[in-house]
Amino acid sequence: MTNDSYDKPMPEPTPDSAPYWAGLQQHKLLLQKCAGCGRIRHYPRPMCDACYSTDVTWVEAAGRGKVHSWTITHHAFVPGFRDELPYVLATVDLEEGVRMNAQLRGADPVSLRIGLPVRVDYERAREGLTLPILRAEG
Amino acid sequence: MSLREVGAVTGVGETAYSRDSGRSVLALQLEASLNAIRDAGLDPKDIDGIIPYAGAVVAEDFVTNFGIPDLRFSATTPLGGASCVAGIQAALAAIKAGICRHVLLPIGRNGSSGGRIGMRVQQMPQFRVVGEFEMPLGAIAPAQLYAPMARRHMELYGTTSRQLGEIAVSTRGNAILHGNAMMTRPMTIDDHQASRMISDPLRLLDCSLESDGGAAIVVSGAEYARDLRKRPVYVTGIAEGHPDSPSAITQRPDMTRLGLAKAAPKAFAMAGVTPADIDVAEIYDCFTYIVLCQLEDIGFCKKGEGGPFVESGAIRLGGELPINTHGGLLSQAHVVGMNHVVELVRQLRGEAGPVQVTDAEIGLVTGYGDMGDGSVAIMRRG
Ligand SMILES: [Zn+2]
Repeated sequence: MTNDSYDKPMPEPTPDSAPYWAGLQQHKLLLQKCAGCGRIRHYPRPMCDACYSTDVTWVEAAGRGKVHSWTITHHAFVPGFRDELPYVLATVDLEEGVRMNAQLRGADPVSLRIGLPVRVDYERAREGLTLPILRAEG
Repeated sequence: MSLREVGAVTGVGETAYSRDSGRSVLALQLEASLNAIRDAGLDPKDIDGIIPYAGAVVAEDFVTNFGIPDLRFSATTPLGGASCVAGIQAALAAIKAGICRHVLLPIGRNGSSGGRIGMRVQQMPQFRVVGEFEMPLGAIAPAQLYAPMARRHMELYGTTSRQLGEIAVSTRGNAILHGNAMMTRPMTIDDHQASRMISDPLRLLDCSLESDGGAAIVVSGAEYARDLRKRPVYVTGIAEGHPDSPSAITQRPDMTRLGLAKAAPKAFAMAGVTPADIDVAEIYDCFTYIVLCQLEDIGFCKKGEGGPFVESGAIRLGGELPINTHGGLLSQAHVVGMNHVVELVRQLRGEAGPVQVTDAEIGLVTGYGDMGDGSVAIMRRG
């Protein structure tokens, strides 16, 4: 598959989120940590809603979390996902106290439950784009 | 100071609902608007405020086509499906301030023939955050973004797909009785259970329609409403509410609570009534689960008890709280909930024909939009 045939939505990184996407390329899940008050936030955005500081440091998440909820998608809303059906999209509470969303790979749908431990992994989607995925722990 | 009884809905109008209108969105909105204005006994040139649905059509289009000589107020309330009821709040605020007297709230879309809903949302600014961080992962359409809310509710409270199905089935029954609805074939719980899974736990028959059509209302100041053609329907309580983490459901502290949970107590306090006083309710129903969650957030039942509540038959015609008597977005048409406002007004006027709720005096209508914005209006028969 050439890049031109990539038919899934592409992220358009902003100055606020570019380090997040660059981190994924290096197989790191980077989260914003407020330089003013230390609060970790996600998804990337310009301002801390606690102290209104716009200064951040980026910290690497441990990559471990627990399932908060999920959906199993059986319908491809864009053609690019047709070959992956059905796929699990899991919402996960990370150890750092924020949530992420990603496809959960290799999990038996009947095993899905709130609290299921998962770890973050990475998958090259195309040139210049790596996406986070999740795998059931153990 | 409050917006209680500041104004009334004085006119309602709709177009036919179809899969392919063959007409422009503006033409649909003008037809629905003209119907609403004439229903009120007004002339289009009497309109001095317009709150169009944010999108394809602007207030200037109505000035041009209606020859409105002196438009004094225009605004939009871009809350997705919560826009229409939130627009009533904006209209009342403008009326209360003395800016205008008769505000037109039109909506219309070619939601069926004009492009798939799942593709359209990617272009909307309120979906920018999920557009960057979730859509690339395969979480693209509202069904996929909302399904985890439903799943969480099921896991925490034991809510079942059959209970969601009761909402679809009862709504379909109302649509068939009502007469002006796109879906006219009876539906059973088994039909619902056999419908294909879209994004678990949401099946095809948990999802609303894609429709072409228009609907509109006129909101008038109370002192001008009395002498118009139809019995006024006064707005006694109104509020909008935005959920925590309004841009991404993933990050919401409590995924089972919508913006409506903040708005509903304000609207009830303004109106001086409680959920037990509501005779009929039109609940925004883009998906069955969103109805169930709103019934809880409004306080018709406790959080977690929405499943047994709907399963009891409470929401059916003749039940303790008939809802979506027109067939809603699930079975009448998806015109972003303006059809819910139209139906509530007809119920409170006693004009609802075969779906009329006996002695309906106080009613409620909600909107739900985007990632959980909510709006609610309580109205009474004038
Ligand atoms: Zn801070």
